[in-house]
Amino acid sequence: MEHFSGKIYTMGDDIDTDIIMPTEYLALPSVEDMKPYAFSPLRPELAGMLEPGDCIVAGKNFGCGSSREQAPEVIKALGIRCIVAKSFARIFFRNSINNGLLLIESDLIDHVQEGDVMDVEVGRQIRVNGATYPIADLPENLLEILDAGGLVPAMRKRNGLE
Amino acid sequence: MGMTIAEKIIARAAGVDTAKAGEIHVVTLDYMLSNDGTTHLTIDKYNNLKNPHIADPSRLVWVVDHNVPCDSVKTAQSQKKMRDFARERGIDFYEGEGICHQVMVEKYVRPGQLIFGADSHTCTYGCLGAFGTGVGCTDYLYAMVTGKSWVMVPETLRFNLTGTLRKGVTARDVILTIIGKIGANGANYKAMEFAGPGLAGLSVSDRFVLCNLAVEAGAKTGLMPVDEVTLEYLEAHGRKPLACYESDPDAEFAEVYDIDLSEIQPVVAKPHFVDNLALVSEVAGTKIHEAFLGSCSNGRLEDLRLGAEVIKGKKVAEGVRFLVVPASRDIYNQAAKEGILDTFMEAGAIVMNPNCSVCWGSCQGVIGEGEVLISTGTRNFKGRAGDRNSFVYLANAATVTASAVAGEIAEACF
Repeated sequence: MEHFSGKIYTMGDDIDTDIIMPTEYLALPSVEDMKPYAFSPLRPELAGMLEPGDCIVAGKNFGCGSSREQAPEVIKALGIRCIVAKSFARIFFRNSINNGLLLIESDLIDHVQEGDVMDVEVGRQIRVNGATYPIADLPENLLEILDAGGLVPAMRKRNGLE
Repeated sequence: MGMTIAEKIIARAAGVDTAKAGEIHVVTLDYMLSNDGTTHLTIDKYNNLKNPHIADPSRLVWVVDHNVPCDSVKTAQSQKKMRDFARERGIDFYEGEGICHQVMVEKYVRPGQLIFGADSHTCTYGCLGAFGTGVGCTDYLYAMVTGKSWVMVPETLRFNLTGTLRKGVTARDVILTIIGKIGANGANYKAMEFAGPGLAGLSVSDRFVLCNLAVEAGAKTGLMPVDEVTLEYLEAHGRKPLACYESDPDAEFAEVYDIDLSEIQPVVAKPHFVDNLALVSEVAGTKIHEAFLGSCSNGRLEDLRLGAEVIKGKKVAEGVRFLVVPASRDIYNQAAKEGILDTFMEAGAIVMNPNCSVCWGSCQGVIGEGEVLISTGTRNFKGRAGDRNSFVYLANAATVTASAVAGEIAEACF
């Protein structure tokens, strides 16, 4: 099972897709162009601070709002390794898996601070500040999609097109 | 054990006898809606496939509604990409016709259908007894190529409606009150089913907004049984039901709520969350800079009539922009015939063509730093309608219009 460590950036409840990627930047030609504006209504400086491998830890209902797939796409493009939240909005959940972005449901936000480093064993547990938090296993079909990097590459693999 | 409406529709679409909450089924989709918010991305992904193919183009409906008329070279190019692709492949394509969900309800949706839309407010179609749900463009692409997708059968929250609404109180107040009660994720992954004797007194327009805003409580869809009101609407629009479902008496609900419509008050959702509820009277006097009467939630004839009744013979307050945006061409034409658009224009409103407008914070009417918008739109998230430091209050058509006249949040008097 996959194992990695990442620096934590914390966020609150109800982080909506307009915060993750505001409407005014959706017309930009590519997700790469949108990266500097991710989370800008809430934390305009954040996108410039994030480094590949960092993780987001948040409260309930992460990704609520619109179905814009640019939201998980831009988070992935920024190199975020995974999002740990108390709960995820359903369209965002599907969109994230379909883009190969790992989501973990946990109340970790109640136990950590920004800047902490967490150690994740996918499907098993998270360790941070000496404490261990169990996390749910992922169904095999979702793991297959995540491992391939998203739904389209997973279908390609399955159909023998890679 | 009996089945809920959600379970029955999914069972039909999956070609099985029964479906139960929590099961995952592969379903054939009746329609797949997409709009100019994301279709260009779907086309890019489609063109990158090794064997691009559309299972059944007659099941795709594409609507340009988010930026109409387009406001930049970038949106012109993305709309051209969508238009050309749709024409080449015989996909039903609309622009200037109205907001996608209004167009779907007016022209396509039939009771019993299962419909995906690349837009979160696809949950609206329960107003005609169909299961609509929002997806992103990768799920849309998969559905477009295969004609199918997978769905987890949702649990159902049942709302038993009784009584009738007071004058000046609308279905928007009902759904905002419910969201305020259960929270912005109170129905996450679930279906919200509205039923009970109170439903008979609600028009398709009222039912539309109840289902439309279900996603603001996190719901997968909003649903309703089919009754005479539904059948009359279908008849008037030249369509027949595919299948008429209601939940069985012994169906299992995750939760049942009783809602007495006669007790509902005019409410607002305060910035920056749809569940941040207050009575209009609690925020009355808050200075506004713009008012918006429109969107797929509340840009229908009933809303325009209500607004016109409030503003007739009065003027929009000095320094306030009042945008009136009918949700479809049919609504626009009918409102023009009834003299409603004249009433708004004479009062000093700005009447615009059917489109999503400032509800999604692009194209028309975006607000600047520190400005306050009162809106019949769908969301009031931080920055949703413009500057990151602006403020959106959601309210019904009467409150929005009364506020446009007062220059501050005000309750309409009838």
